[in-house]
Order: sequence, then structure tokens, then C-alpha cells
Amino acid sequence: MNIVVLVKQVPDTAAERTLSAADLTLDREDTDLVLDEINERAAEEALTLKETVGAEVTVVSMGPDSALEAIRKVLAMGADRGLHIRDDRLHGADVVTTAKVLAAAVRTVGDVDLVLAGNATTDGQSSAVPAALADLLGLPQLTHAREVSVDEGRVRVERETEDGEATLDAPLPALVSVTEKINEPRYPSFKGIMAAKRKPVETLDLDDLFPDGDGNGFRVSRTRVLTAVPRPARVAGTRVTDDGSAGRHLAAFLIAQKLL
Amino acid sequence: MPDVLVLVDHDGERVHKSTYELLAAARRLGDPAAVVLGGPGTASRLTEALARHGATSVHAAESAEATEFLTTPAVDALELAVREVRPAAVLVSATTDGKEVAGRLAARLDAGLLTDAVDLDPSGTVTQIVFGGSCTVRARVTHGTPVIAVRPGSFEPEECPVAAVRHDLVLPPIDPAASARVTGRRAALAGDRPALTEAAVVVSGGRGVGGADGFKVVERLADALGGAVGASRAAVDAGYYPHQYQVGQTGKSVSPRLYIALGISGAIQHLAGMQTSKTIVAVNKDPEAPVFGLADYGVVGDLFAVAPQLTDEVAARRAGD
Repeated sequence: MNIVVLVKQVPDTAAERTLSAADLTLDREDTDLVLDEINERAAEEALTLKETVGAEVTVVSMGPDSALEAIRKVLAMGADRGLHIRDDRLHGADVVTTAKVLAAAVRTVGDVDLVLAGNATTDGQSSAVPAALADLLGLPQLTHAREVSVDEGRVRVERETEDGEATLDAPLPALVSVTEKINEPRYPSFKGIMAAKRKPVETLDLDDLFPDGDGNGFRVSRTRVLTAVPRPARVAGTRVTDDGSAGRHLAAFLIAQKLL
Repeated sequence: MPDVLVLVDHDGERVHKSTYELLAAARRLGDPAAVVLGGPGTASRLTEALARHGATSVHAAESAEATEFLTTPAVDALELAVREVRPAAVLVSATTDGKEVAGRLAARLDAGLLTDAVDLDPSGTVTQIVFGGSCTVRARVTHGTPVIAVRPGSFEPEECPVAAVRHDLVLPPIDPAASARVTGRRAALAGDRPALTEAAVVVSGGRGVGGADGFKVVERLADALGGAVGASRAAVDAGYYPHQYQVGQTGKSVSPRLYIALGISGAIQHLAGMQTSKTIVAVNKDPEAPVFGLADYGVVGDLFAVAPQLTDEVAARRAGD
């Protein structure tokens, strides 16, 4: 089986994030960059399938030079090869461009049975790229999975969203996105880290992916940010220590605020 | 006036409130036109309610397969409607399903997509709140039919009775090799509680709740207030409450009128999902908890003493109404 797992390097969610003054895109300069944690779980799921049903795992990432670190981490976890989509023209790429570029990248891998991704990245949060990618590749989308099983050419997923749970079923090839509930990602071993250095990583740019020079195929963004302003920080209001009557005082506060 | 397509969220019998919000938003850009996807007979059942909220036309995409497959039928229906009416924009609710439908539609149309819109002006400029509420962005679509996912709760539903004209859309047959089949469904555990992302009041519990059993205190207060229950990542990771109720950076973003944080310290992870709430109340034993830094009303104390007392006060007031 051939599995492609999509990963992204993102600013650490434990830190504050800002927009760059120059072009109103996410400022990635002054922040710690990490392998997105939900993507890391998608990688773990790919590696689990590699161990249970047998698979060749290709890790794909679109991003600047530093994205290579995210690819190397997944190689160190056990993936077989990497594909790095790197092109300065992709700076600020929107959902549709990202999906189009990733679709072209998946096509270069050839004979893919399963595309695995996180259900959202913690920076963009649009949660729409995996579905858009499935549509462009003509694959069934089995998104927001908390459990995945592959058997006899079919994939089954337990999906969990705010509407409740659903069981999804589709033939391979298919696209699956996972939630952070799916598994606990493994740590790369020292042996894995050493081995990852020798694993092949191919680098492609837009001219490689779209050799016809079709400018529309990767128009960077179909949206434009007009203004971006930081929201005023919230300030602390009333603060009390419970003396046995705080619940009653809280009710009075809610009544005064017309919230009750 | 150009048409503005609105994808209708419904349960087969009833239109969800989020759709009335979309119809109100759509009226800023043109004539709201509802797209109803469902089994045979669905559009007839929903038309009166949609027309009462201003839908000048109802595009009915009815098929027995509509609910059998995930997302694809909705994308097909919207794509058909877009190609027929050439709308000024397409609006969907920014729910899990809605955002996926919006993403697929935008990819098919090679069109600009804006998600999590909280406001919309007649020129088509959209307001979004990004990075967990720390930044307000105004953006517009520069290419193709704008596809906009609107955050539930951002607009007030408005009654605006019109006569709706019905159009039937004939959906293409579904390719089972390109669509996932839904073979089982289990409703969310919330029961009668409002959906987390749509609720006017959210009561959330954190690790300080101490266990799955402790969440009953959170649920009782939420029920007294007619609100939804949320949980911090720490509480979810500890197995106290299901993942789908997680509020925060890797969970849901909420902005209710009232947010009550019980036993939640206030890690950035969590604050990112709730700091756009209008009023924030926090109860925590630890006076150093970061959540107090942004709470409008903070109580340093035991949530198992404070929350039940508040629940009783709320119940008494409700009984007296």
C-alpha cells in the first residue's frame, strides 16, 4: 500500500502569534516552528498502518526551507521518503492554492492508496484543505476520524464532530483526516534520527508541479486582507475570594449585566 | 439585486437557527436564495420557514442519496446552483461540515474562500477574528464567486416574509468510488443542550473539576442557564469529558454572551478558543490562574461550593419569572 501523509510546520500554539506588518500574512520569523501536532498524529497513523498492513509512507510538506525539519522528523519516526514543495511564490497561499499544489504533489507520487492529513492545522484553522484536496483528486473524503481501519481495499472511519459520531466507509484510494483523539504519536528513536538523514527527500517547485506554466493552476490567493488590527487585550474585572456567598454574588453580577 | 446562495442546515423537519442568521447576512449582499439538500419532500416542508426569513427562492436538491454520502451531495447541489444563478456570493455556516463544503466548492469554482466570517458589509468585505481572538482582519475575495463560511451566532435572525419561488436542481448521480458512504450515525451526547458553537451561554470545566463525575456540577449549571457544556483540553485529555466539547486552539472556538470557566487555569490553548466571549466568569482555587487576567468576574474559591450555589440562585430566579 502507498500512503502519503501531509504535514505542515506551524508556529508553536503555546506562543502568541502576530501578522507581519509587511504583507499581513502570519509572521513566521520570530516564533518557534514545530511540526503541527495534529499532522504528527496523521503521521503516527500512517506508520501504524505501515506496521499492521504494510505500506510505503511518503511524507509531503509545502513550505519554506525550514519545512524540511518537519519532513525529517516524520522520516525519523519511520516514514520512507519525503517530498518538499518549496517555492517563494507560495508565500501566503490560500486554501484553494494549497489544495491544488498538494493535489499536484500527491499525483507525482503515483498509485497512492491513502492520503492522510490532520483535520486542521493550528495556524490556518480553516479545516477545509483536506476536503478540498479530496475533491480535486476525486477521492472519497473520510474526515475528522478518531479511528481508522483499512481492510480488503476499503477504509472505514469513526468520525466525530459537533453533530455527533458517524461511521464512514469508502473504497481505496481515499483521503482520511484525523482529529487529535486518534492516537499518541511516537518519539523518534536515536536510530530513527540517524536513519532519517539517509532517506531520500525530493524538492519540487511550482514549475515542476505545473510544467505547462498554467498560471491559474497556482494563483497564490483568491482573497486579499485589507486591514488587520490587534484586538484590545481583555482586562481583569471584579475579583472576589469566596467566603461562602460568592455564588449568590455571582448571580447578582449576572443579573446586573442582564445575563440572567 | 443579485442572488446570494445560502446552504440550508436542517434536520429534515426544521431549519436550524444558523440558517436564519445566514439569510439575514445574505440580505446585505442581495436577494437570499436558499439551497435545500435532502430526501424527497424536504424542500416543501422547509419552504414556509425559509420564505418567512427572506428567501426569495428555494433551490430544491432532493434525492434519496442526499444523506447517504458525506458532503459530496451538498457540494454538487451548490455547484449546480452557482452555475445556474451566478450568485454574488455563497454563504454556508462555519460548522465542521459547512467549512468542508465551502472548501470543496471553492476548489471546484477556483474561487476565493473566507472562513469564520463574523461580519459582512454590502461591498462584500468580510470581518474575521483570527489567532484565537487576538486579531481582527477585514478581507475580500478577489477572484471568482465569493464562498463565505459564517460563524454561527454572528448575525441575528430576522423575519422578513417574502414569497419564495421554487426551482428544482437535478443532482448528478453520486460516484461511490469518489464519495464516502455514511453507514451509521449517533447523535451528539448533548441531548437538549444547544450546540457549543451556537450557544449564548457556555459553561466549561477544566482539570479542576477532578473527574468525569465532577462534570455533573458543570452540566447542572449549564442546564440551569440554558447553555452548552465545554471542556478544556486538560479535562478532555484526562478523559473527564468527550473531545467534541473541547474549547480551544485545537478544539472549538466559541464567542457566547456569557462564558463561565470552572476549574480552568487558562492556558493559551484554551484562552484562544474563548476570549472573544462577551462576558467571562472564572472560578478557580488558584489565585494565580491566568484566566483571572481576562475574567470580567473572577472568584477565587472551590467550584464545588460556588457553582451549585449559583445554580440554585439561577433556578430560583427562573422559577420566580
